[in-house]
Amino acid sequence: MSVRSSYEIVAGFMPLLDSAILIAAKEKGFADAEGVDLRLIRETSWASIRDRLAVGHFQVAHHLAPMPLAANLSLTPLAAKTIVPIALGLGGNAITVSNALWVQMAHRGATADLEPIAAGKALRATVAQRRNDWPLLKFAVVHPFSGHNYELRYWLAASGIVPDRDIEIVFVPPPLMADALAAGSIDGYCVGEPWSTAAATAGVGHIATVKAAIWRSSPEKVLGVAATWAEREPDALAALLRALCRAAQWCGEADNHRELAQILAGPAYIAQPAEWMLRGLSGALDLGGGDIRHVDDFFVPFAKGATFPWKSHALWFYSQMVRWHQVPHTPENAAIARETYRPDIYRSALKPIGIALPAANAKVEGGLVAPTPVGSAGASLTLGPDGFFDGALFDPDMLDAYIESQRH
Amino acid sequence: MPQQPIALSILIIDENRLRAAVIEDGLRDAGYTQLTVVNDVVGIARKIADTSPDVIVIDLENPNRDMLESMFQLSRAVRRPIAMFVDRSDQASIEAAVEAGVSAYVVDGLKRERVKPIVDMAISRFNAFARMARELEDARSQLESRKLVDRAKGILMSTRGLSEADAYALLRKTAMNQNRKISEIAESLITAAGLLAPPEE
Repeated sequence: MSVRSSYEIVAGFMPLLDSAILIAAKEKGFADAEGVDLRLIRETSWASIRDRLAVGHFQVAHHLAPMPLAANLSLTPLAAKTIVPIALGLGGNAITVSNALWVQMAHRGATADLEPIAAGKALRATVAQRRNDWPLLKFAVVHPFSGHNYELRYWLAASGIVPDRDIEIVFVPPPLMADALAAGSIDGYCVGEPWSTAAATAGVGHIATVKAAIWRSSPEKVLGVAATWAEREPDALAALLRALCRAAQWCGEADNHRELAQILAGPAYIAQPAEWMLRGLSGALDLGGGDIRHVDDFFVPFAKGATFPWKSHALWFYSQMVRWHQVPHTPENAAIARETYRPDIYRSALKPIGIALPAANAKVEGGLVAPTPVGSAGASLTLGPDGFFDGALFDPDMLDAYIESQRH
Repeated sequence: MPQQPIALSILIIDENRLRAAVIEDGLRDAGYTQLTVVNDVVGIARKIADTSPDVIVIDLENPNRDMLESMFQLSRAVRRPIAMFVDRSDQASIEAAVEAGVSAYVVDGLKRERVKPIVDMAISRFNAFARMARELEDARSQLESRKLVDRAKGILMSTRGLSEADAYALLRKTAMNQNRKISEIAESLITAAGLLAPPEE
């Protein structure tokens, strides 16, 4: 049975591996099957995505998870109220350093197995031995309100390196990262795929560690939705969420990775080699010079509740915005962050199709050392492991204490 | 009547040199004299420090906007904070700017009355530039399709012994029946004729 398209939805996306769910929803007919005529428009910056969502060119868009929080906290220009009714997967980033820096880190104990503790210690020792009159090492991230910025800073801080004092953090668009590294204008970067693979494959950098090792099963991109549109068109949004969930399920099947890689490589989408896409999809990363390592849960599109908009994810991002002085911590601001994520919309849209729905809206992050079955409605649900590399826990009910523990 | 020079420093960032020149001209005609055009963002921090702009005009499609926005907030190169020009009382002009593909960033404390004319000028020049580019493209494709139709007519005239008028009528009728453009029918005919032509000696 085919349904006539009755909902026209325009979505903006950035050419990154984790736009996969949106692209698969369109290309594999999941949107069509829900009656959604999904138009995808590739953008060149997150600022442009934000602006076009604000003026109504887009109803929904691929967003860095902290962006909707920043918009609702009035930290960005042209901020329209944005809600998050679904996440677009877990993980997917890596931290890559220049060959020159990798040699120094390897000399000081960094190992080619992506182990973040050893890599962090080695980077700290390297930083400590630099002469005072040398410029600071420079690491790039894509955006101030991004998982990349926060996980890089988390890793540095937990390794005894003070961001902004010991290492300078700058901003570079993802497609230009590998070139900037090769040109020596930056010493390292944290970015989504395929832009670490780009440097490793070209032999201009070495992947030092990955998001999945710093914080396993951690949040990354979400679907940002214009709040006014969501209120006006709840049925269209619900249809889109069902399509995205089915697309995520398809993206997560290993048997589909080759086909997905081909689709993503297309000229209208990421327009980079399919082999590059396959690295991130399969988790078999080339760390540099053909040294292939398999990373568990490198990018998780569907399993482990990867599309569920956990309020504890919103609050963790908020805690890091406070930690790095982007926003003052007040009960009102914490409430804005909490209310940005909308598991209620996720539940009501997906209940009819039997997708696993967790019993809770928030969880203690970092507490699971092994895959753990949890209470759910619909299908059964297994979460974790989800540890932070330094063994810390984030309990969203103890937000104040967590924020306090990270002040220095 | 020559206008008084307006004492505002404006930086135009646009990778499209032609469009940047069009905007520069417009602003100069309107009496702005302190204009700097940058086509490449390499070394932009230095450029901003040197020119100390009051207003920065940038194309919306520029991939470096995220970097520039964060630099405006953080960098030591920027002595005064710079924010995107958003006139909240005027939703229509925000939409017009995004529609046109341009955005403006202004230093803290600059009055909206002083910025609005610059933004409006940038919007109108961006739109004019887009219109020009579209017209050029239309003219190019019209010329292209006329050439195709002429060649297809020639093929019909020589293979079927039709007059030029009859050949054109046949092409037009076929296009209407198939709900396609006449240039598309011409193109298919030329391709088919090429496939069916006897091999060249």
